[in-house]
Amino acid sequence: MLEPVILLTALINGLMFGAIYALVALGLTLIYGVLHIINFAHGALLMLAMYAVFLLFTQFQLDPYLALPVVVPGFFVLGYVLYRFLIGKLARGKDQNILLITLGLSVVLENGALFFFKADIQTLNLEYAYDMIEIGPALVTLPKAISFGASIVIGLALWALMAKTDLGKAIRAVAKERVGARLMGIDVDHIFAVSYGIGIACLGAAACLLMPSFYVTPTIGHVFVIIAFTTVVLGGMGSFVGALIGGFLIGITESFGGLFLGESLGQIGIPLIFVLILLFRPTGLFGGKA
Amino acid sequence: MRSVKLQTLGVGVVFLVALPWLLDSEFLIGFAVLVLYSATLGQSWNILGGYAGQFSFGSVLFFGTGAYTSSILHVTYGINPWIGLLVGVVMGMAVGAFVGFLSFRFGLRGSYFALITLAFAEAFRILANTVEFTGAGIGIYIPLRQEPANFQFTSQMGFYYVILAFFLISTYITLRLEHTRFGARLMAIRENEDAAEALGVNTFRHKMLAIMISGGIGAAGGTFYAQYYLYIDPYIAYGVEKSVEMLLVSIIGGMGTVFGPLVGAFALHSINEIARHYLEAPGMSLVVYGVILVLIIGFLPDGLIGLLKSKKKAGDDA
Repeated sequence: MLEPVILLTALINGLMFGAIYALVALGLTLIYGVLHIINFAHGALLMLAMYAVFLLFTQFQLDPYLALPVVVPGFFVLGYVLYRFLIGKLARGKDQNILLITLGLSVVLENGALFFFKADIQTLNLEYAYDMIEIGPALVTLPKAISFGASIVIGLALWALMAKTDLGKAIRAVAKERVGARLMGIDVDHIFAVSYGIGIACLGAAACLLMPSFYVTPTIGHVFVIIAFTTVVLGGMGSFVGALIGGFLIGITESFGGLFLGESLGQIGIPLIFVLILLFRPTGLFGGKA
Repeated sequence: MRSVKLQTLGVGVVFLVALPWLLDSEFLIGFAVLVLYSATLGQSWNILGGYAGQFSFGSVLFFGTGAYTSSILHVTYGINPWIGLLVGVVMGMAVGAFVGFLSFRFGLRGSYFALITLAFAEAFRILANTVEFTGAGIGIYIPLRQEPANFQFTSQMGFYYVILAFFLISTYITLRLEHTRFGARLMAIRENEDAAEALGVNTFRHKMLAIMISGGIGAAGGTFYAQYYLYIDPYIAYGVEKSVEMLLVSIIGGMGTVFGPLVGAFALHSINEIARHYLEAPGMSLVVYGVILVLIIGFLPDGLIGLLKSKKKAGDDA
């Protein structure tokens, strides 16, 4: 029989990882909510951000947490440029084109990374990587606890940006009614690119928070792309609250899956949830409309 | 007009049959084997994605199922791989029916269909990596016994004629789509599913048939892979890479065209060889391919074959 302490530890660990998933999913759900596109390059761009953090550390000894003010704006600009000058231009307004263009982008990024970094698993060696803090009965590594707190702060900041600022208002207007927004003098293409940029900036933040306790390989995006889509679909495409809660649920599922089904089979929970949600409740838990 | 086309096709088939004798080099015949193998897998994607308009990101499901079926039957139960091939094709169709039934019955379209096939492939990969009868993470080694009766050959030429047969069968099926009501209905679904439904096309049934045909062809390609490389593991069998390759050759060559996958496969493997031998950068070929994919979506929606066709049309007009 499993002891409550083990269950509780699994729960807390799940929540810690879930916070990162939520952050990755927030970017994806924002892009979907505003642009109504599925950004298949999300995993590959996260991989790119993780390598950026890795290089900043190995080349310039920049601590991953201190890299946040560099990587987040950098990836915002990258996202903005990518959408404004590549994805938006080539898609010609067709959904499936965007899916394929972002797929092509991820093929380029992944194989480019494979060429430059080889298939090796890279980690940062940080002094504080294994410092433990106590949360109730469970011991949690310091980086995981930090990423948990930071993800929630970033989630709230994003919510405040959307709800309280003029930019947020413009983004919501474009998401709801792009023709009307254009008539009101909003530069829709600019807002699209800004939204895509913010979504990608979330990945930059996630990479900084992940790297102290995680590893990076050129194919790491595959792991996250399924998780991110599952989170977003579970929470409801375009829903912020959904992405946050979805992220935690996925983290817990993964943690308990590993506990009850073993390391290998435990991973099946995520694609299974994905399939079941798509089939039986495609609007997700918090999605308003189909 | 039709007879001229048939003549060209006949010449093409004779050329492909004679090709190994013309090439007369193990390396070049091996290259042709890879091209035809990719083209066959591309055809599997093309029928479902190019003709029926159902973009799959998990077509590797069929490939892996074919590869595992024949390999498990062969290695664990001592059943001849030729019989394994047939069972594999049936299993591929069954997996197609399973995924198709769930996705189409619940009305998943467009990007959602792409994502659910990806999730199914991932679930299959995790299962194959866990359960014992697939050899789990270690995979399955197929014992070397080079006899045609054992679906193994001492030279590339034997493999060439097998994969040529697979390619010709799959291409014949695709060619039939261009000339039958079934094919026309699939294309109607691709262009506008609601309109097709309104005009009385049983869209569910047609999409089911398309995914089952696609599944059968993909599975045949999988068995071929297993017999050619004599090894299969969960990452090869159900990994994302193969799904992407199947879709790439088809889209780059020209989706929804009979010979698109062949053109795309030839382009892919040519770029591969150039990158490997002249640039000494094997990974770069897929980078190039990704760039081409983006450019094709942006500027050449009919793929490389569209380039050839528009030239030919310009020539006809002159």
